Amino acid sequence: MIESLDLLFSASLWAAVLRIATPLIFGVLGVLLCERAGVLNLGIEGIMTMGAMIGWLTVFLGADLWTGILVAAVAGALIGLLHALLTVPLGLSQHVSGLGITLFASALAYYLYRLIVTVGESPPTIDPFRPLDFPILSEVAFLGPVFFSQTAPTYLALALVAVMAYVLTRTPLGLAIRMTGENPHTVESQGLDPTLIRIGCVMAGSALMALGGAFLTTAAFNSFFPGMVQGRGWICIALVVFASWRPGKALLGALLFAFFDAYQLRLQAVVEGVPYQLFLMAPYLLSIVALILVARRAQVPAALMIPYRRGER
Amino acid sequence: MRFERRANVPWALAVSAPFAAVGAALALSAALIIAAGVNPLWAYLEMLRGALGSRLAVTEMLTRAVPLILTGLAAAVAFRARFWNIGGEGQFYIGALAVAWVGHDLISGLPSAIGIAVLLVVGMAAGALLLSGPAYLRLRYGVDEVVTTLLMNFVVILFVGLMIEGPLRDPLAFGWPQSVPVDGTYRLPDLIPKTRLHIGLLIAVAVAGVVWLIFARTVFGTEARAAGFNARAAEFAGVSLPRTVIGVALLSGGLAGLAGTIEVMGVTGGVTTTMSPGFGYAGIVVAMLAALHPAGVVAAAVFVATIFVGADAMSRATGVPSFIADVIVALALLTMLAALFFSSYRIRR
Repeated sequence: MIESLDLLFSASLWAAVLRIATPLIFGVLGVLLCERAGVLNLGIEGIMTMGAMIGWLTVFLGADLWTGILVAAVAGALIGLLHALLTVPLGLSQHVSGLGITLFASALAYYLYRLIVTVGESPPTIDPFRPLDFPILSEVAFLGPVFFSQTAPTYLALALVAVMAYVLTRTPLGLAIRMTGENPHTVESQGLDPTLIRIGCVMAGSALMALGGAFLTTAAFNSFFPGMVQGRGWICIALVVFASWRPGKALLGALLFAFFDAYQLRLQAVVEGVPYQLFLMAPYLLSIVALILVARRAQVPAALMIPYRRGER
Repeated sequence: MRFERRANVPWALAVSAPFAAVGAALALSAALIIAAGVNPLWAYLEMLRGALGSRLAVTEMLTRAVPLILTGLAAAVAFRARFWNIGGEGQFYIGALAVAWVGHDLISGLPSAIGIAVLLVVGMAAGALLLSGPAYLRLRYGVDEVVTTLLMNFVVILFVGLMIEGPLRDPLAFGWPQSVPVDGTYRLPDLIPKTRLHIGLLIAVAVAGVVWLIFARTVFGTEARAAGFNARAAEFAGVSLPRTVIGVALLSGGLAGLAGTIEVMGVTGGVTTTMSPGFGYAGIVVAMLAALHPAGVVAAAVFVATIFVGADAMSRATGVPSFIADVIVALALLTMLAALFFSSYRIRR
């Protein structure tokens, strides 16, 4: 008991929270952008898998880490374009298209991986992002290891939260995006094209999702293996509802989730006699509980999942 | 250029949509096979041979089609009513686990036929129970069932792992953890001797018939379709949406649970955490390829099973990674979605 409480004060736990939260922050921002524009993107799980694979593969084939990240984002945007074309101009079921994208993108990622990489006893590895080392700051007790010894993409993710919040609430572009998610007809009456805005948001959002996947293989781990995304995409979908579609709250949700994940991992080592599966289940169950808690007062974008066709009501 | 909804879809167009979709999916996947340095025609020929080239191959393919028919029906039933049950995978596993538990020694001594009937009901009940949770959360709290059913898949697989490493562990199984097997008396008899094909195929096809009857000929079926077509109009016409959602959820969950049940009783005997190569998710593709029609589900399940079984043989012969099967099936879902659009809309300039 005492031991499990002691865990809460260890710097390594809180450092792990930020590390575990990073892919979720990317993913959650991606979902948020798509949904704020009115498009559900259940392709996230597959897009993260593709981002993880292609980001890793790019580095494995000799490029540097940031090129890997960039290639992952481009691949994500392209898959997002496919989802956008099916759901925005054609107005097809966003549920079914999204699931199709997830199945397709994961299968394609696994296929290309098998085709290009020879897997021996264990999957081949790359040299991943190293934790940054800030002079003085990294040496500070507790705060140093937690905030100033993360890998570079973690800081990128945190910065993107601020960027997303600013763009959505303080710029004309953000206003147009939010309007597209609430009432695309008003966007049309302002002389803007809701179809283009939605396609753009889905592509950009999907690029962010792919970054979340790429973080897994270029910073959190150093190899790619099937099934490694493990439902993180679906959790991001839940977190955005939990966050009421706000970037700041989304960051909070991702950190909260990561805290439980990091804590259960450490508890496993301390608490004996409890099957490890119960600990692993906790994050998924907690996501469901979070959904129940906020469901009643969730402020869903009014036009989410409603296709827009010009001149049709 | 704009799209205009057709007043009614011509029969020929509706039937040719899945074929066009499958053709497009195969054509697109051919590019990936070429990338592997293999002639796609040869690869597809090997795939056909692997799934249909011999009596044994056909029975293997049909064995694989059985759970796909049932998970396909599960998805079709739910999607028709616009209840997005993406948890077929979890319901499959819970149905499998329930019969392994009950069928191992809890009901020993029953005559074979009665025991089998009891176990089929137990498996269906387990799946239905699992999906009633998300259905309740949607009705009571407005929680989107997509996310809850998806997340439950992970919870259930972990639960299965917990049970087969703990209380339900088979002490006689070496190596990988496996659950205790279903009592031999309650295993489904072989349909063709000396093959793995079991009478589950007949059960699955019969169930497809029953589902078709429910949707075409009962009040509940009509209400469920109405709720899917236009929920507000249905409610205005006096359809109780909560009752319909619960009914659809129980039916859909029960069907997916039955898939796992029959797979255990007909093929594997016990439960492992790797016994499903994504039957629940593939069921969604099956349902969509069938345009959510129960008769089409049987045909679509045979197609998907052909791709999966054929791809393994093709992979051995040509060296193309067998993940190509998943690519083809996923692409078929996306192309089918587009084909449905172009069969129900026409382009006007």
